[in-house]
Amino acid sequence: MSAFPQANVRLPALSSDMQRRIRWLLRDPGSLIGLTLVTIAILMALLAPILPLDNPTEIALENRLLPASSEHFLGTDHMGRDELSRLVHGARATLGLASLSLLIIMGIALLVGAVSGYYGGWLDTGLMLIVDLLLAFPSLVLGIAVAGILGPSILNVIIAVSAVWWAGYARVIRGMVLSARQREYVDAARAVGATDVRIVVFHIARNILGPFIVLATLDMGFIILGIAGLSFLGLGAQPPTAEWGAMLNDSRAYMQTDPGLLLVPGIAIFGLVLGFNLLGDGIRDFMDPTNRYR
Amino acid sequence: MSGYLARRFATLPLLLVGISFISFLLLNFAPGDAAEITLRRQNGGITPSPEAVVALREELGLNAPLPLRYFRWVSDAVQGDLGESYRSGGSIAGELARRLPATLLLASVSMAIGVAVGVPLGVFAALKRGSILDTTSRFLALFGAAVPSYVMALLLMLVFAVKLDWLPAIGYGEPKNIVLPAVALSFGVMAQLMRLTRATMLESLSQDYIRTARAKGLNELTVTWRHALRNALLPVATVMGTSAGHLLGGAVIVEIIFGWPGVGQFVIVGISQRDYPVVQGFVLYLAVIFLLVNLAVDMLYRWLDPRLTFSRQAA
Repeated sequence: MSAFPQANVRLPALSSDMQRRIRWLLRDPGSLIGLTLVTIAILMALLAPILPLDNPTEIALENRLLPASSEHFLGTDHMGRDELSRLVHGARATLGLASLSLLIIMGIALLVGAVSGYYGGWLDTGLMLIVDLLLAFPSLVLGIAVAGILGPSILNVIIAVSAVWWAGYARVIRGMVLSARQREYVDAARAVGATDVRIVVFHIARNILGPFIVLATLDMGFIILGIAGLSFLGLGAQPPTAEWGAMLNDSRAYMQTDPGLLLVPGIAIFGLVLGFNLLGDGIRDFMDPTNRYR
Repeated sequence: MSGYLARRFATLPLLLVGISFISFLLLNFAPGDAAEITLRRQNGGITPSPEAVVALREELGLNAPLPLRYFRWVSDAVQGDLGESYRSGGSIAGELARRLPATLLLASVSMAIGVAVGVPLGVFAALKRGSILDTTSRFLALFGAAVPSYVMALLLMLVFAVKLDWLPAIGYGEPKNIVLPAVALSFGVMAQLMRLTRATMLESLSQDYIRTARAKGLNELTVTWRHALRNALLPVATVMGTSAGHLLGGAVIVEIIFGWPGVGQFVIVGISQRDYPVVQGFVLYLAVIFLLVNLAVDMLYRWLDPRLTFSRQAA
C-alpha cells in the first residue's frame, strides 16, 4: 500500500477527528443523559436474574398493595408482587421485545430495500407498491388489528410490530442503496468480477449500515411506545409476566389508592423513550459532517 | 387542477384497492371458521353439526376462490355492508358509523390543540432563540415526544379527575368531557409540531426574501407572520398529515382509558371476543380516513405553496 502514501497521512487526522467527536458527544448534556438512561435500562434488563430481587411473578395476596418499606422499596402490587422486582424484570421484557422487533424490522428493511434499490425495474415497482400500501395505513391501527387477529401474545406483538413498521425503513434503505449504487466503488467491484450478492452485502450494505443504525436508534423510542401501548391494551405480554405496558394497565384499577403503581411503569417507559430520543439526537449530530465540534 | 393532483387522484383507486385487499386478507389469517362461528351464535353456543357448517359455508360463498371472495366482500363494502358481528349479529358498518364521530371528534380536537399550541410556541421559540421561552418549549417538546399518550392520559386523570376533581374522568356528550382525553392525546403532536416549526422558522428567517422584505421597510410583524411563517408552515402541513395517523391510533388507547364511546372501544371489545370482522372493518375505515386526510393535506400544501402550481404551468 506504499503506493498511496497520502492514505497514511490522512488516517491520524481522521482518528483525532473521531476522538474529538466522541469527546463532544460525551460533553453534550443531552446525549449524556440519554446514554445514562439507556444504559440503566440495559443494565436492569441484563442483571435482572442475578440481582437479589423477589420473584416478579409470585403471587402473595397477603402482601397486596403494601406501601414502600425497607423490604419492598417500591411497595407491592395488587397481587402482592414486589414492584421493584417487576420494574427491573419489566425492563427485560419491554427492552427485549423492542430490540427483537427492531432487529427483525432492520432485517426485512435491509433485504427489501437492498433488492429494490439495487435491481430496480419491476421488482422495485412491486416491492415499493407494498411499502406504499403499508404506509397508507395508520401504523398503530394496523398494529392493533394484526396483533388482535393473531391473538394476544408476546410473539404476536413482535410479528405485528415487525410486519407493520418495516415499510418506512425499507424505503429509506432503498434510497441509500440507489445513491450508493452509482458510486465508483461499486463500479470498481463489478469491474473485478464481484457478484451482485457480494456487491450488495460487502460493499453497499457496509456503507449504509452506519446511517441506518442512527435511524434505528432515533426510532427505537417510537417502537417502545408502540410495543408498550399494545401491551397496555392487553395484546402483548400476558399475566403474570412483568412488562411495563401491562403493569400500567394493571395499575388503572388502583389509581385512587395507590397512584405509585401507575407512576413506576409510567416513568420507566417515559425515561427509556426519552433516553433513546436524546441519544438518537446526539448520535445524529455526531454523524453530521457539517456539525462543528466545539 | 395541476398535473400532480390529477395523478394523486388517479392513484387513489389503486390505493383503495390495496388497502381493502390487505384488510380483507387480515380476516383470512384469523383462526376459526366464519360459518361455524355464525351457526354457534344462532344455536346459542351449541356446536353445530358438520353438515350444517358445510352447507352454510357453501351458502356464504366461503369455498369460492380468494379473488372472487375479495370481489364480493369489496362490492358489499362499498355499499356500506361490512358483514355482521360474530357475537351480536349486528351490522358492523352501522356500529362503526355510529361510533366514528366520537373518535374523529377526539382526534380533531387533539390536532387543534396540538396546532394551536405547538405552532405559535415554535414560532416564538425561533424568534426569541436562546431565551427562557425557547429553552422551556424545547424541554416541553422533549417531554411531549417521550411521554406516551396513555401515560399522559392516566396522569391527567389522576391529577385533574381523581385528586382535584375539576374535570370528569369518564363520560361523553358535554364539552368538559373531552378536555382530558384531547389534551392527553395532543402532547405528541404538539411536541412534534413545535420542534418542526421552530426549525423551519429559523431556516425561513435566514432566507434572502426575508432580508428583501425588511429592506423594503415592511414592519417586523408582517415580515415574520406573513413572509417567514407562511414558508415555514409548508413542512408543518405535511407532518400534520402523518400525525393524523398517530392520532387515530393513539385515540384507540385513550378511548379505552376515558371510556370514550369511539371505534377504539368497539375494536378492543371485538378483539377480546375474537370478533374478527369488527377488527377488519375498523382497519378499513380508519385507513380510508387516513388516506382522505393525507389527500386533503396535499391539497392544502399546493394552496400554501403556489410555486408548485406555477412552475408546472410555466413549463
